[in-house]
Amino acid sequence: MRQALLIFNKEFKDYFTSPIAYIVIAIFMAVTGWLFFSTFFIFDQADLRRFFTLLPLLLALVVPIITMRLFSEELNVGSYELLLTLPVTFRDIIIGKFLAAVAFVAAILLPSLSYPIFISFIGDIDWGRTIGSYFGALLLGAAYAGIGLFASSLTRNQIIACIVAMVICVALAIMDQMLFFFPQTILDVITYLSANAHFTNVAKGILDSRDLLYFLSVAFLGLYATHVVMEEK
Amino acid sequence: MIHVEGLTKYYDELCAVDHINLDIKTGEIVGLLGPNGAGKTTTLRMLTGYFQPSDGDIQVKEFSIHENPLAIKRLIGYLPESAPLYKGMIVYDYLDHVARIRGLAPEAKQKRLKELADMCGLRDIMHKTIETLSKGLKQRVGLAHAMMSDPEILILDEPTSGLDPNQIIEIREIIRKIGEQKTVILSTHILSEAEATCDRIVIINKGKIVADGNTQELTAGKGHERHIQIGLLGADADAVRDRLKTINGVKSIDATAGGMAKETRATVICQGEKDIRTDLYTAIKQTDWVLVEMTQETQTLETIFRELTREN
Repeated sequence: MRQALLIFNKEFKDYFTSPIAYIVIAIFMAVTGWLFFSTFFIFDQADLRRFFTLLPLLLALVVPIITMRLFSEELNVGSYELLLTLPVTFRDIIIGKFLAAVAFVAAILLPSLSYPIFISFIGDIDWGRTIGSYFGALLLGAAYAGIGLFASSLTRNQIIACIVAMVICVALAIMDQMLFFFPQTILDVITYLSANAHFTNVAKGILDSRDLLYFLSVAFLGLYATHVVMEEK
Repeated sequence: MIHVEGLTKYYDELCAVDHINLDIKTGEIVGLLGPNGAGKTTTLRMLTGYFQPSDGDIQVKEFSIHENPLAIKRLIGYLPESAPLYKGMIVYDYLDHVARIRGLAPEAKQKRLKELADMCGLRDIMHKTIETLSKGLKQRVGLAHAMMSDPEILILDEPTSGLDPNQIIEIREIIRKIGEQKTVILSTHILSEAEATCDRIVIINKGKIVADGNTQELTAGKGHERHIQIGLLGADADAVRDRLKTINGVKSIDATAGGMAKETRATVICQGEKDIRTDLYTAIKQTDWVLVEMTQETQTLETIFRELTREN
């Protein structure tokens, strides 16, 4: 576990040594700020529900950008060889990199805390619900990060890793709005698999263990698949 | 120290390393020599635990690569070809990161970083980003990476490839210094380098070991042919052939009758360890031929390498 933390440490710091981190955070803030506040005053409600409903799709686009380099870059440069010949296990590497990505998702969400703070000046905001929703958003980010990490372990090309992860994440995010296209019999399955459906509760401020279990399982599946890929290489 | 038995690696159908057996003693500097694609890098990658062998076993001290790869990784410092380091990191941060992963305690870490900075000549570049470094400097950072935990075994894959002659000599000196106490395995296709730095040379071709020994043993031509050139005046080619053929150890003679100065030139091909030059001279002295030249072509590592790794 110590080794995993050291890898986490390195990967997390790496995010902030390149300008990409700051660009991603700035764009995320600009897009959410615009989409959220453009309708905020129309609805005249002092809550963040509309902000949170944006997150499944937005994070599905942002998280793959965060995770794409985690393995692809190492495979491309060849530093993967150095990493694997250090006394670390596959598990240390995967957990370290995954936690770094999740921590960076947290770093992206952090500035958006200014929204509830701002709203609390103009109306009453339910802080318990807000914190709960943020926690759920982090789990959603973790699920996407698991997928992103897996995509990154598949190829040495960062762009391909990014696109593969985006396709999967966006599919999970919009699946429940496409129910129209699916046969009646599998509608329940599709709804269950959809990240958006699970996040609707979270956006309302309800933390249901079934939703949390869903996010954690998706993340775990991604990490497990990564482990399999590493063993195969 | 290292015991390799029946080591084999397949890439799909292609057999890159074919049942290699090798024993390496503590303190040896072993050079793995071979043409490109012979299986040097694959062998090293299996030794370091980066690749899983398709078959066979590697034992380092009492650990087996199958049961305890982590313990082996702790004993080995590895520098892959062309030092693929994290490009965006600062040299100090990078080495610091490696030191932590290698489990060095904070005070020991500081001391070790200083030592390595002096040993590998990194003092002036500690604050630089790795991607801005020249190839030689990167190689030195890679060497520092490999030596971080003061490992008992150092494995270097083409440590001098792509460096200029000055850098090559610097790196070689560092390797020789390390080799005084440690076991070093390095791969190269530069023959002079193997001759200059290694105690023992293992030549690999097409995944198999084709020669193994120190430079003297290899060049002494155990089992190899030696050629002796002779120049004679007043001799007939056939007579020369008949006379010298009787000498013990001579395999064949290739004699051509004289050119302008009526000199007969003969190439005596002999086998075995015995030096037959005395016998040749004695045999010639008994005739009225004049011996104007006699040279033995010594086998260099290069000719042996060519002979062993030549395509049919």
